[in-house]
Amino acid sequence: MSLATQDSAIRTGRVTRTLIYLVLLLFALFYMLPLYVMVVNSVKPLDEITGGGMMNLPQVFTLEPWAKAWSSAQIGVDPTGLKPYFWNSIKMVVPAVIVSTVLGALNGYVLTKWRFRGDTILFGLMLFACFIPFQIVLIPMARMLGLMGMAGTTWGLVLVHVVYGIGFTTLYFRNYYAVFPTELIRAAQIDGAGFFQIFWRILLPSSGPIAVVSIIWQFTNIWNDFLFGASFAGADSQPMTVALNNLVQSSTGVKEYNVHFAGAILAALPTLLVYIVAGRYFVRGLMAGSVKG
Amino acid sequence: MAHSADVDFKTRLQSWLPKLVLSPSLAMVLVFVYGFIIFSVYLSFTDSRLLPSYGWVGWENYSKLWRLSHWKISLSNMGIFAALYISICTILGLGLAIFLDQKIRAEGVIRTVYLYPMALSFIVTGTAWKWFLDPGIGLENVLQTWGWESFEFDWIKNRDFAIYTVVLAAVWQTSGFVMAMFLAGLRGIDNEILKAAQMDGASNWNLYRRIIIPQLRPAFLSAFVILSHLAIKTFDLVIALTGGGPGRATELPATFMYSYTFSRNQMGIGAASATIMLMTVAAIMIPYLYAELREKK
Repeated sequence: MSLATQDSAIRTGRVTRTLIYLVLLLFALFYMLPLYVMVVNSVKPLDEITGGGMMNLPQVFTLEPWAKAWSSAQIGVDPTGLKPYFWNSIKMVVPAVIVSTVLGALNGYVLTKWRFRGDTILFGLMLFACFIPFQIVLIPMARMLGLMGMAGTTWGLVLVHVVYGIGFTTLYFRNYYAVFPTELIRAAQIDGAGFFQIFWRILLPSSGPIAVVSIIWQFTNIWNDFLFGASFAGADSQPMTVALNNLVQSSTGVKEYNVHFAGAILAALPTLLVYIVAGRYFVRGLMAGSVKG
Repeated sequence: MAHSADVDFKTRLQSWLPKLVLSPSLAMVLVFVYGFIIFSVYLSFTDSRLLPSYGWVGWENYSKLWRLSHWKISLSNMGIFAALYISICTILGLGLAIFLDQKIRAEGVIRTVYLYPMALSFIVTGTAWKWFLDPGIGLENVLQTWGWESFEFDWIKNRDFAIYTVVLAAVWQTSGFVMAMFLAGLRGIDNEILKAAQMDGASNWNLYRRIIIPQLRPAFLSAFVILSHLAIKTFDLVIALTGGGPGRATELPATFMYSYTFSRNQMGIGAASATIMLMTVAAIMIPYLYAELREKK
């Protein structure tokens, strides 16, 4: 599926076109609104917000809220800012994305090029796992992490994200490898190439685009996760989303909205950057999210 | 003799290798997904409270659950939320996709603007909307300062309307994604049929109504399946936006399950509610996945 513009048969008059542009612009404003609110209010003093100036540009420009959100805001019991939680998220996301993508690539390779009886059922079982409401696994997962000695650790969270992410990564690679010419594989086999040689020399070199999709998808999902972080993280492994929620919901003291907005942008920045830099792949990835691809 | 046994072992290893490579993932999924589902469903029939316990109580948790007003509120909120969320996202997504499909200048930029909320965490979305909708500092306060002193907009603090603010924020987050799905569908439609129909004098309205929209059936189906499973799983958005309040006005099954299991120490009831959530998702997903995977063969 591609989003490339094509010569459409539909013709529209001038008035209709103006109206269409107007509606499109209006919705663009609607989608930009929360981002605008977050950005302008993260760089103004608190009294400008509480004084009814939420929609105004800052009169006094200050980066104080950003500094505070990053390194000194009260999160839970300690005035640490979001910095340590940002690193917790990085330490969790990077290994989880790598492991789930590698497993997805291998699974996709086996499920398309080394097919066997019942492989579609196995794939269906893996795929359904992506869509379950995770509430159904919270209780046993908490116990399992405890039994494995991983309760409250970053590695525990990595395991959780790998387990519930491989369904999607397998889906992506399976759809991608499905259209890869099987004759090439057979020819290599006749020449005596083994299972891993074929994967390494033939499939992997052309897997760039789908690997990017899988990495972006996993990175976004894992970075943005809240449920698993809130359920399984310990004090020193809490991810960014959980810390941001603690910052915003804390009921003690003055509500520093400007710091909350700065914190929200900090939590959004990594995924937003990835989306802007690799947005085209992201869209394609979302499209591949429908099972047929 | 030894040599041929070695070759034999190697070929046998080669034939087992694919399954061997697949097995760690499969084992993880079988244990951590299906094993855990069985365990949770089992717990829903036990007297578990703070910790799992194995005293069999039959359907007691389920009958207790259905007597709880908290659960009934969560379900009716889910009904309102899912109906509005799915229908508004679909209509908005389709409408914007059709508009964007008219050879629009700067289409790429507009698409990026519509889609970026999808990259954000629900906690970020919830935080932004929470303060924007807050009557004390947000929209209400701003418009009053601008001179419209009688303006009132306190939905987020109002028991009767708070659920609609959850719909608003959720629609903001996902409607662009639905737009992209429909846009991909529109771009896949054969232009020749449209041109032929135009020759026969069909108006644009009729082209869309009779030919184009009916051809988007697969996109409608995918959008429905994805939106409905997202609706049932909605959790973090409510936590960040309203915390389930005011009162219980925005509690959903996912937040119900979380608070009964982890803060109220009613694990049996929590497991029962999770089981009902799973069954609902399964009723939608299994027929869909079955049809999709069968077709592909």
